[in-house]
Amino acid sequence: MTFSPQLEAKFAKLLGSYPPGRQRSAMIPMLMFAQDEIGQVTQELVEEVASRIGCTPLQVEEVLTYYSMLHKKPLGKYHVQICTNISCMLTGGTELWEHACGKLHIGHREVAPDGLFSLEEVECIGACSWAPAVQVNYDFHHQVTPEKLDQLLAGLRSANAV
Amino acid sequence: MPDPVKLTIDGKAVEAAPGTLVIEAAKCVGINIPSFCYYEGLSLQAACRMCLVEVEKAPKLMAACTLPVAEGMVVRTETPVVAEARKYTLEFLLTNHPLDCPVCDKGGECELQDMVFRYGAGESRFVENKIHVEEKQWSPVVFYDGPRCILCFRCVRICNEGMGVGALGIVNRGAVSEIAPNHGDHLECDECGMCIDICPVGALTSGTYRYKTRPWEMEHVGAICTHCSNGCKTTLGVRNGKIIRGNNHDRSGINGEFLCIKGRYGFDFTSHPERLQSPQMRVNGKLEPVSWSIALAAVAKKFGAALASDGRIGVIGSTHTSNEENHYLQKFARGVLRTNNIDHHRSGDVVTLLDALSGTTGSLASTADLYESKAVLVAGADLSSEQPFLAFQIRGNYRHHQAHVYVVTENEVREDGIAAESVRIARGGELEGIRSLAERLKTESELAIVFGDSVKGEAVRDLVAFGSSLGIPVKYVALVDYSNSRGALDMGLVPELLPGYQPSNRPGMTIGEMLDSDSLDVLWVVGANPLKASALRAADAFVVVQEMFLTETAQRADVVLPAASAYEKTGTVTNVCGEVQRLSAGPSTMGAKPDLEIIGLIAREMGQAAAAGPWAPDKVFAEIRATVKGYDVPMPVISAGGAAHTTPVNGRIPVESRPDLIHSSRDTLFTSGTLGRYSRMLGSVMEGRRR
Repeated sequence: MTFSPQLEAKFAKLLGSYPPGRQRSAMIPMLMFAQDEIGQVTQELVEEVASRIGCTPLQVEEVLTYYSMLHKKPLGKYHVQICTNISCMLTGGTELWEHACGKLHIGHREVAPDGLFSLEEVECIGACSWAPAVQVNYDFHHQVTPEKLDQLLAGLRSANAV
Repeated sequence: MPDPVKLTIDGKAVEAAPGTLVIEAAKCVGINIPSFCYYEGLSLQAACRMCLVEVEKAPKLMAACTLPVAEGMVVRTETPVVAEARKYTLEFLLTNHPLDCPVCDKGGECELQDMVFRYGAGESRFVENKIHVEEKQWSPVVFYDGPRCILCFRCVRICNEGMGVGALGIVNRGAVSEIAPNHGDHLECDECGMCIDICPVGALTSGTYRYKTRPWEMEHVGAICTHCSNGCKTTLGVRNGKIIRGNNHDRSGINGEFLCIKGRYGFDFTSHPERLQSPQMRVNGKLEPVSWSIALAAVAKKFGAALASDGRIGVIGSTHTSNEENHYLQKFARGVLRTNNIDHHRSGDVVTLLDALSGTTGSLASTADLYESKAVLVAGADLSSEQPFLAFQIRGNYRHHQAHVYVVTENEVREDGIAAESVRIARGGELEGIRSLAERLKTESELAIVFGDSVKGEAVRDLVAFGSSLGIPVKYVALVDYSNSRGALDMGLVPELLPGYQPSNRPGMTIGEMLDSDSLDVLWVVGANPLKASALRAADAFVVVQEMFLTETAQRADVVLPAASAYEKTGTVTNVCGEVQRLSAGPSTMGAKPDLEIIGLIAREMGQAAAAGPWAPDKVFAEIRATVKGYDVPMPVISAGGAAHTTPVNGRIPVESRPDLIHSSRDTLFTSGTLGRYSRMLGSVMEGRRR
């Protein structure tokens, strides 16, 4: 499996960051970075990572299925993650979630037909002080209201159209 | 040895080595702390919360499975608080667990069932629907029923650590976690069934056993596996004279809980439809069923005639029959038939090893030595495939004692993964590879060397000389193929050797010479199949075959006598390390008789019963103990189902070394000579079909 030179460089740095024989410690960051580049964790990627860190594909599978931020199915270009844990729930997170579902016509861990957006109801993302919080890919958005969410989605849509 | 730690468990004073876990220390004073995920010998998991105990001055209940003993510790294992905690743990475990114990395959021997019964966790406060997923079949022998799984990780750990296979893992998280096989929807592994055996609940079940019986309806018979030479105890579950299950869940025997696919599932040859159940005799050129009396009379007549006319008689013995049968057979051949033309298929150079070791003591390794020796060297054998229990012992030694493992083989083997050093060298060149390790080996405090059939003849002497030059205690194992290959040698199924490796003053013919002789009058084959690979030159020879199946040799026979399998008779067998263990008769096959009885009946028919002696297994074993060097083993050990290590000879064996006759069949996990051909289970797994 071939990756971009940038990703290969990241892999090389990661694999060198752990003591000899502990290369499997690089498993999660390798999967994350590769997912960012190819959009999902494919079976081919699982096998590739396994062979590079010296473990079995099943051991990668164990980690992959445990962590919710690793996805076997492709996500939208913008992965909208809405927190409905307690702080966000108390400040309108649940309504925000329902609003987003209605707006995008998709549900939890689903991708819109145009592939632009995907939606996920997530557990606490550590932004309770600014609840309700939304995370799009790696960017945080604080004190989000349904109106602000509409603006955010519209902005992303138009940014993509350019 | 550091000073022991003193503590109190349930009011009893306990002394334990520092680092001992409370759950283990409790066992020393007969207190069994319940646990699901803790399993002696495997890594710690601390997943199930069943072993919670009260420890004085500790703010909360502690998990006894991960808590090391400390000086002055006061532990209480069965207080009301503990019982309540365990009850709640069980309530949680039963959240999604089906409550259909009456139809569960594990019912009656389920650890979860026992615990729920013990702690009275009969009521649940959960009203939610249980999460249900369908049962999956991962291979012909392994089924997985997810909802029953309590996620103790025992199967994952035994596969990773015990077997070195790593075919199982846990995917997903929380209530939807489940065990997953290594190839998506199926397993590709050793198919050993260790995961099934170790499963405390009915989540992993066996393709051969499931839903056939209730455990309490079986009789449990301690037999010794009749396939490879390792001598694993397999406890046969027998119902109505038929074997339904093989396992060693009680951890009795030298192998503990270990069994490979052959020991666990390979018993099915005993009920193969082609099993011979009646004597057959050649009538008008065709084998036809006859009565025992007619068949025995014909054999006796022919044997008598050959004796009277000074004819040439050849006897070929088995590598699966018991010591008693082998001893009786050679006694009959040498005493009644007055011939030394007796041989068996030799698969390891034990004779040269014993000769080379003459004058030393304690130089023969037992299976326990492979688990305990500080260093182990494997030469010329793919141990995990050919000698699976020995490989299991070495893996255990590496895990538990950090043993240094050295590998000298032609191809990559599983032991490479735990090896301090691996040397790749062509077969036959092992000695050179071993010598290249000399400097490292000299730094070890002791060494056990296990070598295959490519190290034979002079190479064995050179190996022993090399071992002595290291200046450390070295023990050896010469690998042999089958369940009683070693016993056949010890009992003198060899033309040049009498029982106990005493030289014969008038050596007879080897198998090759018998088959090649044009003047052979009678060939008597007991439980062997020499005609599979070679032809019998003497066209007129009268051939008598004692067999379970109509093998290539039996098809050439003039009289075929149906023999009982090792699982259907009593007696003893000697494993590759020279450990003697007792067989107990489990099932029975109508029409077949143990070889010992058949030989005795032939003797009686010939009017030679007095000369041949009694053919009761215990009587013959008493004679073996009294007359065969090294076999004066303690009877209580044997009678109680234990293994007694024999020390065959300690002196020169003045016979010519015959490396040319030594050839291992190199059976894998999925083959087992003739028996393997008649085991449907061995042939049904995908790994076996590649054999």
